[in-house]
Amino acid sequence: MKIVVAIKQVPARDSQLRISSSGKSIDEADLSYEINEPDAYALEAGLQLKEKHGGEVVALCAGPARAATTIKEALAKGADRAIHIEEDMAAFDPLAAAQLLAAAVKGEGADLILTGLQSDDLGYGQTGVILAELLGVPHATIVMQVEKSESGIRVKRELEDGWFQHVDMPLPALLTIQSGISKLRYATLMGIKKAKSKPMQRVTAASLGVAAAAPSVVVERIYLPERTKHTQLFDGSPKEAAAKLVEKLKFEARVI
Amino acid sequence: MSILAVLEQRSGQWNRMSFETLAAAQQLGTQLGTTASAAVLGYGVEALAGELASKQLEKIYAVEHELLKDYTPDAYCVALAPLIDRIQPKVLLFPHTYQVRDFLPKLATAHRRVAVSDAIAHRVENGQVILVRQLFQGKVNADVRLVGDGPHFASLQAGAYRADRTVEGTAAVEVFRPAISPAQIRTVPRELFRESQRAVDLGAAGIIVSVGRGIKEADNIALVQQLADALGGELAASRPICDAGWLPMERQVGSSGQTVAPKLYLAVGISGAIQHLVGMKGSRTVVAINKDAGAPIFEVADYGIVGDLFQVVPELIEAVKKAK
Repeated sequence: MKIVVAIKQVPARDSQLRISSSGKSIDEADLSYEINEPDAYALEAGLQLKEKHGGEVVALCAGPARAATTIKEALAKGADRAIHIEEDMAAFDPLAAAQLLAAAVKGEGADLILTGLQSDDLGYGQTGVILAELLGVPHATIVMQVEKSESGIRVKRELEDGWFQHVDMPLPALLTIQSGISKLRYATLMGIKKAKSKPMQRVTAASLGVAAAAPSVVVERIYLPERTKHTQLFDGSPKEAAAKLVEKLKFEARVI
Repeated sequence: MSILAVLEQRSGQWNRMSFETLAAAQQLGTQLGTTASAAVLGYGVEALAGELASKQLEKIYAVEHELLKDYTPDAYCVALAPLIDRIQPKVLLFPHTYQVRDFLPKLATAHRRVAVSDAIAHRVENGQVILVRQLFQGKVNADVRLVGDGPHFASLQAGAYRADRTVEGTAAVEVFRPAISPAQIRTVPRELFRESQRAVDLGAAGIIVSVGRGIKEADNIALVQQLADALGGELAASRPICDAGWLPMERQVGSSGQTVAPKLYLAVGISGAIQHLVGMKGSRTVVAINKDAGAPIFEVADYGIVGDLFQVVPELIEAVKKAK
């Protein structure tokens, strides 16, 4: 089974975010980056499928030069090779980003394309499905389990309120993977060593022949949300804060 | 140039978010000086569509086909394309459900548009629509302008609009029968199922103490359990805790877990990603304990302590015991 896993590098989860002076992006100074968590699960799912059925796992990532660290991690965890679309993605909306990924993946002849169900930064939750549409392959989203079947694959989709559904589909197909699908592996020392000799192909939007079309949605500005609710915060030592909170819960909110 | 609200039903039951979308479509229609219509897809949904006849809408489309009985992204997109062609809406609004997440990006892409997903508000400026959506798991907002001709596509976050604000009026139902052939549907959906009977009904709990990523290790959950015990409440968790297997899935609060509305919800080390907030923001009193003052959980909290939960929670247990 030939599997392409599309991964994204995003600011680390606990980052303190500041708005840049342009008012349209995040100030990148002092930020550290990591793999988008759902994409880490997509990679894990891909590696497990390869271990079970053989084949190849190709990590695909669009992002600036710094994304190379995330790609190397994917190689260290077991991806066989990688494609880095080296672009500053700020100008690419989800459709344009998916067009880049589609151009890079087209010649691969992949059986399965996996990606996380959404990114923890922009959170559109669309790139995977758009990519499927551009490639003309069927898709399933919010996938918890993937099994090979006679005619293709059977996936378990998560629905709301604790419901699930199996969906049968032919290959090639694209799946967006939910976090928690299985336990994530760590890169081993051996893996990190091996990763250094694994092929990493660098391409650009220009070399792929993709030019972003005029966007139909434009981000005007980004900003920290205004508090709509008045939250009473208790400071002081932990002991003092706890005592004040309990007093409020007992005599003001009357819930304990 | 009207607004089209695409509503969701399953087995003849409305998804409650449908009415939020309907209210939003009516508001946007009025602001743009145009009308709103609604569409519902399925097989045998004419009567359901008729339930909207008392709403102020230009038209209600019952999009009917046997192949729409069970949802598939292919059939839904095939069915909606000719409807969009015919009525040429300026904006299509959808509830941001799991189903919409599954087919909306495909539908928008077929029209070479990017859907604005999970919007929380809108406004109209100089005849142009600006939608507000959240980035970085709710830590940052973005104003997004729809430019150029329609159709534009947007999905609306659960609870962003009030379902009880729909405007009454009259509307006629039209049955719209798209052509769909079985060969166009590439996936085969099976029956819906639940993993197991839920032993814990968090929905019935008066007090819930919920734990998130901030707890760091499985062994530390005992500390939060002690707080729940002291308060006489149930222990719950955000998704990552259940994903890690530290607590069973049945204790998960959020869009994929249970929706709760206790009189007291105490969130410990939970940052408050939207998937969690939709499951608990109906709680009467919300308390947040988190080291990050910018965490979105404080947006919905009545009371909060910004601090290290490992220092705060033991003190809180003592204070609760003393108060009882």
